[in-house]
Parts: sequence; C-alpha cells; structure tokens
Amino acid sequence: MSDIRIRVDNKTYVLAHDTAQSHHAIADLDFIVHPHQFVCLVGPSGCGKTTLLNMIAGLDRHYEGRIDMGPAGKNPSIGYVFQSPRLLPWLSVRQNIEVVFAHTPPTGLIDSLLESMQLLDAQQQYPERLSLGMQRRVSIIRAFAINPDILLMDEPFVSLDAPTARQVRSLLYSLWLKRPHTVLFVTHDLREAIALADRLIFLSPSPMRVLSDIEVPIARDQRHDESRIERFRERLLQNHPEINGLL
Amino acid sequence: MPSSGRFRNQLLAISSIALLLTIWQLLALALHSPTLPTPAVVAITFWQAVLSGELPYHLGVTLLRLLVSFSLAMLMGCAIGVVLGKNKTLDAFFDNWLVIFLNIPALVTIILCYVWFGLVESAAILAVVVNKLPNVIVTIREGARSLDKDLLEMAQNYRFSKRKTFAYVIWPQLHPFVMAATRSGLALIWKIILVVELLGRSNGMGYQLHIFFQLFDVASLLAYSFAFVAVIQIIEVGFLKPLDRKTLRWRR
Repeated sequence: MSDIRIRVDNKTYVLAHDTAQSHHAIADLDFIVHPHQFVCLVGPSGCGKTTLLNMIAGLDRHYEGRIDMGPAGKNPSIGYVFQSPRLLPWLSVRQNIEVVFAHTPPTGLIDSLLESMQLLDAQQQYPERLSLGMQRRVSIIRAFAINPDILLMDEPFVSLDAPTARQVRSLLYSLWLKRPHTVLFVTHDLREAIALADRLIFLSPSPMRVLSDIEVPIARDQRHDESRIERFRERLLQNHPEINGLL
Repeated sequence: MPSSGRFRNQLLAISSIALLLTIWQLLALALHSPTLPTPAVVAITFWQAVLSGELPYHLGVTLLRLLVSFSLAMLMGCAIGVVLGKNKTLDAFFDNWLVIFLNIPALVTIILCYVWFGLVESAAILAVVVNKLPNVIVTIREGARSLDKDLLEMAQNYRFSKRKTFAYVIWPQLHPFVMAATRSGLALIWKIILVVELLGRSNGMGYQLHIFFQLFDVASLLAYSFAFVAVIQIIEVGFLKPLDRKTLRWRR
C-alpha cells in the first residue's frame, strides 16, 4: 500500500435545470495521504467534500486531474460509509454485510464485527426495523468487513443524537485501532475531527481547495480526554484564523 | 383474535356468494326464459362438460396460449422496459412508438396478424404479445426510472458483479412493477385471447364461446365462464399472493 496522491485541477457541475450555468466545485486541490493515516477533511457544508469522496471512490469520473492510488493496475479496495446508510432493505443486517464479499466471508469475522458494534442480536432483522444509529453501525461494519485498503467516511455520525454519536464514534475508533486502514473522514465537527485524526485538512468553500493541513500531536491514549481536545481546538483556532470562518 | 377474524371473513364471503346465487335463482324463476338458466342447470352443464373432457381440453388449450404469450410479453417487456428506463435518448426516440402501439385497438392487431401471417397458431400468439407488450414496457420503464441511484453507487463501490447487482439491487426494486404488470397483464390477456380464438382458431375457450353464441346455449356459456373465473382465482391465490408475501416480507 503506497501513498494516495489527490490532484484535482478542476471540477465543474452543470446545474441540472439550467445548462448555461455551471457550478465551480473544486479548483487546484492537491494533497497526499500516507498509508494507515487517519485524515479528517473539515470544511463547511456544501463545499464539495462528498463530491471529493465520490471521485476517490471512482463513482464520479467527470473532473480534470488525477487521483493516484499506488501502483498502476492494482485497484485498492475501498470501504465507503456513505452519509446515509444505504443498506439494501430486502436483506437482513447480516446479509447486508455478507453481500459485499465476492466469495464466502471468513467464518467468525462478521460475528466479531457485529459483536463489537453491539449488533449481534439484531443480525436477522431487516434494516427498516432498526433505528438510524443501528443502520449506521451496520454500514460501518460493511465497510470494515472487506478489510479495505482505504476507508472513506462521509459524516457518518451526522443526525445522530450526541450520546449515540459518541458511542458509535468510540466503537469505530477501537475498530480502527485494531486494524488501522487508511481513512479519509469527512466532518464539519472540529472536536470530532481532533478526537479521531492524525491529520486535519481544512477545505475552503467552493471552489474547494486546501486551506491548511495540520497534524494532531495528541497521543492516541489521551484522545478520550476532552479537556486536551478542547485546549488543542482553542489553540488551533487562535493560530489559524483562516479556519475560523469555516465552522 | 386472528382465528375468529378469519372465520368472520369466510362467513362474509360465503354469504355474499349465497346472496348472488339467490338473486340469480329468483331472477331465472321469474323470467322463466331459456336465455337465463338457473344455477342448478349451469352446474349440471358444467359437470357434463368436465366429464366429456371438452371443457378441460379447450380450457387447457387457452391456458397454454396464455402461458406462452404472457411469458413472451413479460420477458421482452422487462428487457425493453429496463433499457428504455435507463437510457434517456432511446426512451425519447421510442416513446412515440409506444404511444402508437398502446392506442391501436386490440381487434386491429389481431386482424392484421391473421391477414399478414394467416390463421395459424404463431399469428394468434403474436397478436396477443403485441397487444400486451407496450403495457409491460411502460410499467417496467417506470420502475427502471425510479431505481435508487444511492444503492447502485453502493453496489459499484463494493464491486458487485453485473449479475449480483441485478439480483440484489435492481430486481428487488423492479419487483412491485413486475407484479403490477403481471396482474394487469393477466386480466388483459384473458380478454384478448378469447377474441383471438374466436376470430381465427378452431379450439380454445373463445372458439367454444362462439359456438355457444350461435346455438344460443347460455348454460354452456356460463359454465365455461365460471371455469375461467375459477382458474384466474387459483392463479391469484395459489401463485401471485404467496409470491407477494414471500418477496415483500422485509417491508415494515
């Protein structure tokens, strides 16, 4: 697994109902993500973060630029936690996870993931009978289960109430500690970003580009300490006035 | 109280049918005309037609035609409907064709098929298929247009094969539309197939009904009709309803 080099020179949308007008979404975006790094992309809503993830996942190819994922010919596998859970409603929780495997999944893997996300009892349920928080956890398991080279997460905790979000976040975090994939995590919650990431990339409103790129020096075993995260956040906002307007 | 509720429903169904039979019986007695036989006469006629083997033969022939033409129309209609639903250019191009074919009277296609291809079995089947096909296409196209893009992206991201995408993502979403096309299709084909047989075949229900019409044999006419209604009910209750229940159990 090598570096991911993201260089998008230009990404323009044609507005659906008015073909004469277009929306300049991304301009001169350029950064590199190292293997096993947990990177949080922080930016205002509507700035094009989801578009960027879709481009990295190869779901959107209409742009000028290059996204390099290592040696040519070898497609890295990608686990994608979309903003909405996107589960197949006609499959049970367990089938929703099994279905993303090309071959029979290794025995015990799904069980242990279900257990770590506290979903073992719900595995035979259909998604529509579950709460949104549970559905999100299923979609996180689905992304983890294939043991991807890259994990893309698009505000996976948005619209969850605070205690549920905190719980799912810490479950995700412990999963990642066990198996540190390369993660690109989109959020506009700075505290969440500091608690999770090795590195924060702040993005401007559209046309989107990198505003600042900041390492988070807090040790992994001190991330649960909210006062440390709060101190780092205040210092960050003081030293980098350019990100103040984003949040 | 599910069991007593079911009992109540059965009681309601039985009494409503009993009422219908009573009205029929009274009407027949009052009119006292050979053109409206009593239920008992129809029942006896039915039984004799079954014993002689005539009714099973003609019903079987019609059912076979139904099965062949229905399968052809559904298969082709699903394929074309999906293509048109996913391709805007093709859809815009062929939309006019669809409108024209939807509005040609069934009788016209039947006559044209017989004129062009002769009074043969394939012409009869073709006539039914051509009548049914536009309906299936329009229904399935609606389903294909409303496919969830989010789920398709999910499938693409997790590298579902074409077969897997169809089986797990597309087909379950098309299913309600296919069922709708099946139901409306059976009702439509039943009606068309009788006209097709009446005009150009020498067996089947339509042919028999034509003979009864010429003989003014209303008892046989009604007996055959009830056999028909019974078969439709058997298909609905024995096949379509269980299929619905099985495939829609994930719904809340």
